[in-house]
Amino acid sequence: MLTRDDVLRLAELARLAIDHDEADRTLPRLNAAFELIGQLQAADVSGIEPLVHPGADPARGTRLREDQITEIVDREANQASAPRVAAGLYLVPRVVE
Amino acid sequence: MNTTPHRGVAALAAGLRAGEFSAEELARDFLERIRVSPLNAFLDLRPEVTMAQARAADARIARHEARSLEGVPIAHKDVLVTRDWVSTAGSRMLANYRSPFDATVVDRLAQAGMVGLGKLNCDEFAMGSTNENSAFGPVHNPWDLRAVPGGSSGGSAAAVAAGLTPAATGTDTGGSIRQPAAFCGITGIKPTYGRASRYGLIAYASSLDQAGPMARSAQDCALLLSAMCGFDPMDATSLALAPENFAQALDQPFDDTVPACPLSGLRIGLPEEFFGAGVSNDVAHAVRAALDQLEALGARCVSVRLPRTELAIPAYYVIAPAEASSNLSRFDGVRYGHRAADPRDLRDLYRRSRSEGFGVEVKRRILVGTYVLSHGYYDAYYLRAQQVRRLVADDFEHAFSQCDVIAGPVAPTVAWDLGAHQSDPVADYLADIFTLPASLAGLPGLSMPVGFGAGARPVGMQLIGPRLQEARLLRVAHQFQQVTDWHWRTPPDSPPASTEVPAPRSPSEGQGN
Repeated sequence: MLTRDDVLRLAELARLAIDHDEADRTLPRLNAAFELIGQLQAADVSGIEPLVHPGADPARGTRLREDQITEIVDREANQASAPRVAAGLYLVPRVVE
Repeated sequence: MNTTPHRGVAALAAGLRAGEFSAEELARDFLERIRVSPLNAFLDLRPEVTMAQARAADARIARHEARSLEGVPIAHKDVLVTRDWVSTAGSRMLANYRSPFDATVVDRLAQAGMVGLGKLNCDEFAMGSTNENSAFGPVHNPWDLRAVPGGSSGGSAAAVAAGLTPAATGTDTGGSIRQPAAFCGITGIKPTYGRASRYGLIAYASSLDQAGPMARSAQDCALLLSAMCGFDPMDATSLALAPENFAQALDQPFDDTVPACPLSGLRIGLPEEFFGAGVSNDVAHAVRAALDQLEALGARCVSVRLPRTELAIPAYYVIAPAEASSNLSRFDGVRYGHRAADPRDLRDLYRRSRSEGFGVEVKRRILVGTYVLSHGYYDAYYLRAQQVRRLVADDFEHAFSQCDVIAGPVAPTVAWDLGAHQSDPVADYLADIFTLPASLAGLPGLSMPVGFGAGARPVGMQLIGPRLQEARLLRVAHQFQQVTDWHWRTPPDSPPASTEVPAPRSPSEGQGN
């Protein structure tokens, strides 16, 4: 069973701002989910190779593209939906004083 | 003009070529139906874009240069990015997001001549099985406005069923095409993992996500799937296969020597795990009747086992949140998406932007995913879930040594009421039991309407095939649809948006899939 402190720690790892009230509200639902996924512990998986994704071909690994220029990044188009941009740069709060 | 809104893709393509109506007339008719619909199925419309595409289609038809689906309208699930329409993924995080490119499947359907009607509502980042997790309000089921349309492709299913569009794209991670298709009485297919490009599909769980078509009939789905699929160098998991015409063999009998019985020789595997106590009587009855019908067409039912069916639920609800927590880390309030006002510092910017932008269920899955991937738990959860995933895939391989397709219900019940599972998200997780196994194994799965259950709400049957056997599934469904008309049943036209309908529930509490 998770505690409120666990939820707050996970929220910090996931960069989510969750206050005590929200942590308390979400706790029983999270615990219900963990009760469900806890059923996995009963499965006998000894010696079973994990299936990472169903298209995976262990003999060939992930397909790689040729190392060729195929497209050019359109900075203006990519930044059209950015929250704050100036002179082609993303603006964020000051990181180094 | 007499373009009934419920004609299928094939009939509309033929009518357009024959000059029975123009693409412009067609697009205008559907946009008007959408405008007065009370279903909340659409999130973004750009009539000027749609009409320009329709005029271009008419010009091609006039020049006798029509492509396979020239002028036929389609609408896209909002997790597929589009240049011409806002792409929100049902999230406040992306409320105003305009993509600089089109998803490959969107582009391929446009290259086949289809006219885009707009973007369809869905559960936030495709996480849900009721559409109640959309930040923009739930979609109503056109068969009963009090019912959920299913999810996460609920807008897609409701729009096709209500005749707001003849076709839609959907995406399926744990059942998100098949279950809403069943709940709304239409046909949908999730292809083999790797068939349809994921480029431009806003990622939920990358090892599971697949796009597919939703339409009235298997024939329509075959036409759409043929246009959608093909190798895409932009997706590292795209299968290097030549394009396939899935509509070609629909009418071919399985055994040429018995033309009267088009399914003669077909072995349908019935997993006992799909017909157990969890299935409600109305659903079991409709599925049983459909199996009788398939047997009358020459098919033979055999018993098979999928013993790891129940374990698929916890495996999925580890793998999908794990991948989601990783994928959704890209939403940081810096390069796109919602940004919190007046951040104190970068950490505050990340935390508040994400908390304000994501809904309750998305946050819950991020927390679960963060936990199962965190130090000391990886082996116990994520690795173990991937081992169970292998066992689930092995079960199918064994079953397919005894049969050609597997059949069963899509979901244990018909659509439930909006708000019914608000306090118990795990109830929705459990309702995904029949769709999750094929998702984990990466196998193609089709949903087709086979009747009505409690409250006159539609029942769907699922057909699961071996890897890359989409054509076989479509052929079985097409043959079934030659002797039945469930797929042509349509809900009564809903009252227009201005009249009273049940109030949408707030999208506050979320659920499965």
